[in-house]
Amino acid sequence: MLTIKDYVLPKTLEEAYTILNLNKNNAILGGCAFLRLGSKQIETAIDLSDLALKYINEKDNQIEIGAMTTLREIETSPVLQKKFSGILPESVKNVGGVQLRNIVTVGGTVYSRYGFSDLNTALLSLDTDVVLHRKGRISLEEFLEKGAQKDILEKIIIRKTKCQASFKMMRNSAADYAILNVAVSKNDNDWKIAVGARPQRAKIAKEAGKYLAGSKKTNEEIEEAAVIATKELAFGSNTRGSKEYRESICKVLVKRAIMEVI
Amino acid sequence: MYRVYGAAKGCQKILGGSVKMRVINKAIPKIDGIDIATGKAVYTDDLSSNNALVIKILRSPHAFARIKSINTERAQEVPGVECILTYKDVPGVRFTLAGQSYPEPSPYDRLILDEYVRYVGDEVAIIAAVDEKTALKALKLVEVEYEVFEPVLDFEEAEGHPSIVHTEDDIHLNMDIGMNREKNIASSYKLEIGDVDSELAESDIIVEKTYYTQAQAHAMMETYRAFSYLDHNGRLTIVSSTQIPFHVRGIVARALQIPQSKVRVIKPRIGGGFGGKQTASVEIFPALVTLKTGKPAKIIYDRKETFSSTTSRHAMRITVKLGADKEGNIKAIDMQALSDTGAYGEHAPTVFSVAGHKTLPLYNKAQAVRYMGNVVYTNKMPAGALRGYGVTQGTFALESAINELAAELNMDPVVIREKNIIKEGETNPILEGSKDGNPAALESCALESCIKKGKELIRWHEKYPRKVISDTKVRGVGMAITMQGSGIGGIDTASAVIKLNNDGFYTLLLGSTDMGTGSDTILAQIAAEVLDTTMDRIIIHAADTDISPYDTGSYASSTAYVTGNAVIKAAEDMRKKIVGSGAKLLGLSEKEVEFDGEFIKNINGKQKLSLNELAQRLISGEGKNQLIGMGTFGGETSPPPFVAGFAEVEVDKETGKIDLINYVAVVDCGTVINPNLARIQAEGGLVQGIGLAMYEDVQYSERGKMNSNTFMQYKIPCRKDIGKITVSFESSYEPTGPFGAKSIGEVVINTPAPAIANAVYNAVGVNVRKLPITPEKVLKGIMELISE
Amino acid sequence: MKIKVIINNQNMELDVAYDEFLADTLRRYGFLSVKKGCDTGSCGLCTVWVDDKPVLSCATLSVRINGKKITTIEGVQKEAKEFAEYLVNEGAEQCGFCSPGFIMTVLAMKRELQNPTVEEITHYLTGNLCRCTGYMGQLRAVKKYLGVV
Repeated sequence: MLTIKDYVLPKTLEEAYTILNLNKNNAILGGCAFLRLGSKQIETAIDLSDLALKYINEKDNQIEIGAMTTLREIETSPVLQKKFSGILPESVKNVGGVQLRNIVTVGGTVYSRYGFSDLNTALLSLDTDVVLHRKGRISLEEFLEKGAQKDILEKIIIRKTKCQASFKMMRNSAADYAILNVAVSKNDNDWKIAVGARPQRAKIAKEAGKYLAGSKKTNEEIEEAAVIATKELAFGSNTRGSKEYRESICKVLVKRAIMEVI
Repeated sequence: MYRVYGAAKGCQKILGGSVKMRVINKAIPKIDGIDIATGKAVYTDDLSSNNALVIKILRSPHAFARIKSINTERAQEVPGVECILTYKDVPGVRFTLAGQSYPEPSPYDRLILDEYVRYVGDEVAIIAAVDEKTALKALKLVEVEYEVFEPVLDFEEAEGHPSIVHTEDDIHLNMDIGMNREKNIASSYKLEIGDVDSELAESDIIVEKTYYTQAQAHAMMETYRAFSYLDHNGRLTIVSSTQIPFHVRGIVARALQIPQSKVRVIKPRIGGGFGGKQTASVEIFPALVTLKTGKPAKIIYDRKETFSSTTSRHAMRITVKLGADKEGNIKAIDMQALSDTGAYGEHAPTVFSVAGHKTLPLYNKAQAVRYMGNVVYTNKMPAGALRGYGVTQGTFALESAINELAAELNMDPVVIREKNIIKEGETNPILEGSKDGNPAALESCALESCIKKGKELIRWHEKYPRKVISDTKVRGVGMAITMQGSGIGGIDTASAVIKLNNDGFYTLLLGSTDMGTGSDTILAQIAAEVLDTTMDRIIIHAADTDISPYDTGSYASSTAYVTGNAVIKAAEDMRKKIVGSGAKLLGLSEKEVEFDGEFIKNINGKQKLSLNELAQRLISGEGKNQLIGMGTFGGETSPPPFVAGFAEVEVDKETGKIDLINYVAVVDCGTVINPNLARIQAEGGLVQGIGLAMYEDVQYSERGKMNSNTFMQYKIPCRKDIGKITVSFESSYEPTGPFGAKSIGEVVINTPAPAIANAVYNAVGVNVRKLPITPEKVLKGIMELISE
Repeated sequence: MKIKVIINNQNMELDVAYDEFLADTLRRYGFLSVKKGCDTGSCGLCTVWVDDKPVLSCATLSVRINGKKITTIEGVQKEAKEFAEYLVNEGAEQCGFCSPGFIMTVLAMKRELQNPTVEEITHYLTGNLCRCTGYMGQLRAVKKYLGVV
């Protein structure tokens, strides 16, 4: 059972950051949907609701999404439905129900680096950076790998490109977590293949991307790229699927995603 | 006008549908529908007292252990803790939590708290405190030292396992259930008709396959809960979300070693049961706390406890061996089964036997049939009653085997059924009500027309066996049939009481428990039909053991049939009394008057008395005769309802993903008392069956901890998972049923698993014999076919 | 902590613990229509509106609704009853335990979606589990209520 001893609504990010680092048991509140599942004993809960971090802003070169933006806002954003072949709304639409997506935040999802996340995989296939209060702006790829210590995610920034993208996932029940998810993007001939829920967190299949860029994209080559992606990434087993099954469907989903982007 | 006295039922049979019924077979809205939909406070926790002590249970972290020491001193010191109870504080008399008529076949193999804990989640201590936080705080301070044993986790290795789940020698059995405790066998059973081995030896074709059905969770939306208090007479009152108030009274009384007269059980609205609430999983805890402290107490299980510390469906392994001739005439059926009852034996022998009893009669042309095997104890959560009650398990195995036999013979699965199924008027010695040498006859059965109708609705002739949709997608169709029962013949009974009130309206007192099914509504319909009145003049009261007439409870598909018949008797009794006392007040003989629902009048209608006036005069000093109609019913037989189920699936050959496109179920439940409510019962049961077929799986870790104890891990179907469902009714007329009705509640859950498995086979040639049918299993099968 | 909220158009001051969730607070203050079916945000039974959006009240910290507007089914009885009649006429009201949350989602959907297709309806309602009805009757009721062919 989650317990909270104190609660604050800071007026600035700096204030929030200072409080966060006062005590190892102080914590930032995202949407709380996942936080509450554990038995965390929070000393001071820090609510970022007063920091105006709920936005999806389209700028000249980039789209910025504030940490307190909900998944439902991503799903229904006219900007995001058009951009990047709509893979961001596509990736979040199967996360729980509307009432959950009205709570779950981008900040909570990205910062927690959940392995099962569909959004993180989609974001990773795009040119995405995260902006952390202390550490500043780093690529999502680096962030997913390394994480951060006692920092605050302020927003994510996605560089606007003319890329084509596709998001594929495999679920058994539609309301379950994905057994595997795949996002592929193509910007000119720059290919990014991201695979998540392996069940570990999303990663880019770099060799496969390179191979594909250098190929003529025949059906055989696309299949080969999918095989390379499956070989270069690590897969594991959990109750939703075995390592072997994930490997099998990785090839299929990567192939299908590439086909859709071509 | 309703014609009374038994003959009425026969008349309707003869006249077919020509008797016009006013209320029966009408889509009457559920009487409680609007209020429960719009959030009225009518469920157990809505009614509980804010002053009640809150109970939390300390549970075993080990699958099998003995409590070496337990220290509650520090926990007791937490301010606000009222009492902490351990195995040292409870009566040492064993009992069962299974809600069954006495003498229960389930073994009395548990104590309220025991020195031994037999599964992860088994109760270790009961903590009652002023609020939840305090109780949880104290719970963490109870110090327990365990002697941990090697648990029995794999039910296929339970028999003869070095660990014995029940070492105690004071297990009480009401009857011989074939228990062999030292071998972890809770019950063993054998049924054989004819000489199976020699019939098999003479068969042209033999198909032998082994099937596994998984444990399934009930997953009713309202978790288990109850509260208790002492009334002004010092009697223990328990308010519980239960299907079995009268059994709860008996179970609590035995467990606490107090007379039943000291216990009262009240059932408010129930937020779903599905058989889960046929086991008294929680009531004893608040009852004990209230007795110990004198204070009101309540317990509300969270979802995790509901998943991991109550009951689930018995997981089973069933090997089916079929013998047939080349034309597909089935000669012999042999079913060898093994059932996992977990740590305690709730419903162990009965779920087991029913898996054979309510599947084998479908194929009554077979010369010899056998059903046998063991139910074993393991160190997992106990199994219990769940909609279908073994028939679901048996149906998956038998129907899958029949489908595999059809494939072996290169025969349409529909055709093999047409050749072999039981028909109306035929007999079978396994049907309930059979006596030695005198097999019971099937008095109503529209199974044949169910199959025919289902075939048309799914468009079998166009779709069977498969259609290629694209390079990667194939669609296939499959089918299965099933039967169930209507109540438990010769054992379960129900009574109904009808009161005529001052103003000429009636109160129908029932002990049955509408858990959302709409049974209160259809029972009121039955009473209204007999009494020639309208629904608004029938008030239902159910259930309170101090007030309600006895009813075994709503389980075993009994309420429409068993309680329904009791209501007919009570209403007919009331009619008779209305006519009798009306005639008296009019100064006429009974033969000279009739009752049309509003008036008691003589034949020419010149002398009449309104029901309203009759009621007023009867309760006054003039009449001194409040009318009460009364009826008790218990069936000698258990007329089976039937379903033919047809599935259409689309399989992704590259990922194994199965999309259920269409499901058609054609149901014979006799007369459909309320078409809308029956349809929803069918649709709901089908979706629960689809869950069993494709998504649901109670899973344990290597150490016996349940992994699937949340709705995140245990997936019941959501509304995107079920495709299009079509339900249709093919009515038969059951002469022993109320207005020709049979049951519907359970039978509808049985066909999806075998029909979907068959559809997957017809699509891609893969037989998945272990439920659930997941994409991973299908893809594995496809890969194996390719590599062959 | 004391918070000021508007519940069903009534100004209220509530005293809540920092780690208390809205579903528990609402029940504590007598809004007993709010049901809880899971502890993991999976079932949708506890759906209420916060500033007119359907949310899981079991996963919303009560302190965070300070200054906000909450609507439970007690606050939209007329509209709820109107839809409930469609539901009951289909026979699609069974145990009823999931209904208040379900109806709150249906009414929110009616406000949010213009002329939804069946797919859009199903998608919007996916977060509301029901174990009794098998969903088909609920869909029939919603379609009739919204006039979707």
